[in-house]
Amino acid sequence: MTGRFRRLAETDRSVVHLTVDGAPVAALAGDTLMVALLASGKALRDSEFGDGRRAGFCLMGACQDCWVWTAAGDRLRACSTLVSSGLSISTHQPEALWPNLA
Amino acid sequence: MAEPRVIVVGAGPAGVRAAQTLVSAGIRPLVVDEGSRAGGQIYRRQVESFSRGYDELYGTEARRARDIHETFEALAPAIDYRPETLVWNVAEGRAWLERAGETAAVDYSALIVCAGATDRIVPVKGWNLAGTYSLGGAQIALKAQACAIGHEVAFLGSGPLLYLVAAQYVKAGAKVAAVLDTSAAWRKIAAFAQLASQPDLLWAGIGLTAALRKAGVPVLTGVTPLEITGDPASGVQGLCIRDASGRERRFACDAVGMGWHLRPETQLADLARCTFAFDPLTRQWLPETDADGRASTPGVYLAGDGARVLGARCAEVTGELAAMAALADLGHAVDADRRRTLLAARADYATFAKGLARAFPWPHELAAAVADEAVVCRCETVTAGTLRDSVRDLGAAEANRAKAFSRVGMGRCQGRYCGAAAAEIIAAARGEPVERAGRLRGQAPVKPIAVATTRTDG
Repeated sequence: MTGRFRRLAETDRSVVHLTVDGAPVAALAGDTLMVALLASGKALRDSEFGDGRRAGFCLMGACQDCWVWTAAGDRLRACSTLVSSGLSISTHQPEALWPNLA
Repeated sequence: MAEPRVIVVGAGPAGVRAAQTLVSAGIRPLVVDEGSRAGGQIYRRQVESFSRGYDELYGTEARRARDIHETFEALAPAIDYRPETLVWNVAEGRAWLERAGETAAVDYSALIVCAGATDRIVPVKGWNLAGTYSLGGAQIALKAQACAIGHEVAFLGSGPLLYLVAAQYVKAGAKVAAVLDTSAAWRKIAAFAQLASQPDLLWAGIGLTAALRKAGVPVLTGVTPLEITGDPASGVQGLCIRDASGRERRFACDAVGMGWHLRPETQLADLARCTFAFDPLTRQWLPETDADGRASTPGVYLAGDGARVLGARCAEVTGELAAMAALADLGHAVDADRRRTLLAARADYATFAKGLARAFPWPHELAAAVADEAVVCRCETVTAGTLRDSVRDLGAAEANRAKAFSRVGMGRCQGRYCGAAAAEIIAAARGEPVERAGRLRGQAPVKPIAVATTRTDG
């Protein structure tokens, strides 16, 4: 799948392996999570208000539109978090799923 | 007597110069910065292992960027530096710091806020599609991460950053679909005399436009944005505008970088209960300071673009001035000649900033006329129509009431990206001048912190 972001330089770096929505993704050491996810995919999260996928906006920690989640359910701001080997990331918010007890 | 504690918020050009000035006077400041490395946004540093040089990253500002970085590195033993740390509240002479899920309140004798600025945005129908970024964000992707925000990028907005980012993209090998400026060409000519107060900056700006045209990038002025088109699942596919002659044009692209100059980050000044005043030229409410940077609240000083957008070069000047004001108020002797030189420099930069505001004005009439179906609040997908209903049907008379009714400004960016346009929409719906719409009050925490954050100061 073609990514949203295009790498223009600094590509001679070691590869870091992570998992995104269960699929393996190869990132580069020094990538932010945002770059790691958007160099290989199109989006970071769902809008909670039904208007589609989102891929961040400001890249400087101001807009909060790049939240992703770890397998443990922790929230990470993708623009200001660097990749680390073995991370498992979900681009769908886990808290949004409430059990149906009916 | 204990040494007074001085806190500097932000480690961009203003914060670095403020810290340096304090250290020179024998004070060990607490420097709190959200970034992982000093430099702020304009002198944002790439990852340590990257190899691009200063000239490639910062162009005409390379020398200044290097000096800011090296100055800060040399200060390390003399300051208490807290990177990746957020000041999320200021109240009763204390600043609340948060890092990695732990928070503590710190008393201060002087608080120098150099919080920087974010892009000022006019909502465009479709800007909530994935692939739309702020101009600042587009620049950070390139500067800090060596990436373009898309494979074919259109830039929309007005201001020096529009041309700078587009030219940097072209130089780095990205494909730029178009540069679309809402300001008409004649405005730049009308502002020429004020812009000439900084001849090298004016010349650099002219050079950027020439470089873009030489690269074959369509550069249009006086445009009206119509719609960012695309698909909710896959994101941006194009950008439609009306050109200066009235013709509708569509540019195919998979990313849009947009922004109309900058707006200062004033939340901490607001929480410190500083007085604000309306600035008619830029149509914003800004914290009041004297020329040295003293705010109305004793012990609070504001500098850099976080006080008033005067640019990165001036941020070095106002950072030093604010630290000198704090030092004077703490009973230190300050160099009167140095202060006069800095005040004169600040006045020159203020003239240049006025020229920029005239050459690349905030297009308030476009913001006021945003289509009802266009999203204004990107955080919670609230449309201009819903905001107008809160004014016309529910009687909201100003921004905070309209926020309570419509949730515009209630989302997790806290109005940073919708507030400027929302004020214009509210004012136009009421037929009143924009200052009557007021400004969104700053609320703590100024950025989201986890509910599970632990207090470590007892």
